[in-house]
Amino acid sequence: MNFPLLAFQNVSAANPWTYLVFGLIGFAFGFTLEMSGFGNSRKLAAQFYFTELTVLKVMFTAVITAMTLLFLAINLGILDYSQVWVNPTYLWSGILGGLIMGVGFIVGGFCPTTSLASASTGKIDGMMFMLGGFVGAFLFGETERFFTDWYNNAGYFGRVTLMDVFGLPTGVIVLMVVLMALFMFWGAEQLERIIGKKDMSREPKLRLYGAGAVVVLALAVMVIGTPSTEQKYEKATILRTVPQLQADGTVKDEQVKYTAEEALNQRIVQITPAELFKARYDQTLILNLLDVRPEADYNLFHLRGAKHIPAEQLKSHIPELLATSAPNAVYVVMSNDETLATQAWRVLIAEGVPNVYILEGGLNNWITVFGQTDPEIQPVASTQEETLRFKFPAALGDRYECSDPDPIENEHIEFTPKIQLQIKRDKSGGGCG
Amino acid sequence: MALVAKSTKKSFDLKALFNRPAKPYVHPYLGGVILGIVLFLALFLTGNGLGSSGATSRLVVFVQDQFVPDHVDRTPYLLRMAGGDKNPLDDWLVPVFFGALLGGFTSGMIFGRVKLETTKGPHISDRTRWMLAFLGGVLFLYGARMARGCTSGQALTGGAVLSAGSWVVMLCIFAGAYGLAYFVRKLWN
Repeated sequence: MNFPLLAFQNVSAANPWTYLVFGLIGFAFGFTLEMSGFGNSRKLAAQFYFTELTVLKVMFTAVITAMTLLFLAINLGILDYSQVWVNPTYLWSGILGGLIMGVGFIVGGFCPTTSLASASTGKIDGMMFMLGGFVGAFLFGETERFFTDWYNNAGYFGRVTLMDVFGLPTGVIVLMVVLMALFMFWGAEQLERIIGKKDMSREPKLRLYGAGAVVVLALAVMVIGTPSTEQKYEKATILRTVPQLQADGTVKDEQVKYTAEEALNQRIVQITPAELFKARYDQTLILNLLDVRPEADYNLFHLRGAKHIPAEQLKSHIPELLATSAPNAVYVVMSNDETLATQAWRVLIAEGVPNVYILEGGLNNWITVFGQTDPEIQPVASTQEETLRFKFPAALGDRYECSDPDPIENEHIEFTPKIQLQIKRDKSGGGCG
Repeated sequence: MALVAKSTKKSFDLKALFNRPAKPYVHPYLGGVILGIVLFLALFLTGNGLGSSGATSRLVVFVQDQFVPDHVDRTPYLLRMAGGDKNPLDDWLVPVFFGALLGGFTSGMIFGRVKLETTKGPHISDRTRWMLAFLGGVLFLYGARMARGCTSGQALTGGAVLSAGSWVVMLCIFAGAYGLAYFVRKLWN
């Protein structure tokens, strides 16, 4: 089974269970916060006067517990990291928003979720905070237009993880975060002893074993390591809505799940030059053409707008592709024939890049279909795989006619459409944002 | 007579329910581990973490959409949540929000902490505390919408999935609070 479950990506009326699942998650969330004392603003505020560091302890224990279990599941191959919501980085709005939240925290004594736990247990200040929260959210909605450009673009880096920032393997980062948290807990207990005058000898011994257990789990995350591209490829699936003949003779659209190899063999991901040509004018898609051939071939001829990523450099471009991909982004990989493009397709699919297709027959096929406008491009006899079977008078790149065929002349070109957007995760509305 | 007796008995019952001695809070590390497991399960099953400020925003937009739908349709930020026929409440954050309210209440009932009161520092009046709580709520949610998530959506969830931006937000929340703490110490101590 591949987690996370697609059915629970968001609530939907078609699947009422989703409301229950998210309701239960919220219930457990509120219950735990109240149980930990977060319904009481004094307990929360004490954090900032070093007398009682409950906020830090609960928060970082939760972060390292969840993180360690999460990356254990990811490295064991049961959870797909590319399907887990990773808050995109908007550096400057994050910094300013964070500082404002800090001020709200110390003035108001709550954060939004703890105010829910507080208000629901009859604390009037918690209710006032909630009420203020509605006003604050309203004010933001009404003032966002004055700085919308800054809000949406300043310091935008997309899906960036700490692993990307420090260039370290996942396991090392997980272990470092755990050790940092444990060090902070030690420091927090010293502060509570000195400033809060708390008798630390009465603290349960169990916490030391707990700390040991988290370190062992973090080490396990490091030793197992992230799954290889091959392992991820075996688990990759592709969903298609296909008309299926029902038992009663009618035809109904049904979702069919293919493994990546099945999709390749049944040729549902190879799109014809005609479909690619039309997709260039489809306003609902953001089309990305990835040319994976060697540079010499790319310089001789390529499609207008095609990005050159040589096959051997493909892996280093994946974080960038994942970080900035919009929900309606479609990627088409192409080479001279299909072999090189298919290899690249396998890598992209394994790494969770959504909506990847292969140009059927490669650029040789493209020129066969659209090349009649360029009489100077002459076919040459060659049986070698993955070579250009055409002769070019000069390395004009995308300045040949058929690099960008005329949309009016080819308006009525026919094909069987294969592109189906598989929206994996709404990048604009997910998470808390 | 019987009616009066019955009603006093009922109010006595209620008092007993709401004024039980409060039980102590769980140990912070234990609370943290349980919260961490809840967060892990949320991420594992749904791919989404925890959050609440997004739901606050959606509830506000829902109300706006009832009274000034044209205005909502002209404001790009609100459009994303409620453009046209889109129902802003049709989002996973909303059941999480109401679940959290119910969960907090249930825990308070079980541990005898449901009580109409004001939690505050010893040197300020209830009214001052209410005003400041309101002001804090305004500021916090304004900041949370700007940072695209609050302590739950950014600090907890983003922290656990190792989002670089979320760690920055988390540090800034602490920096903002610690930076101002000294100047407002009279409110709490």
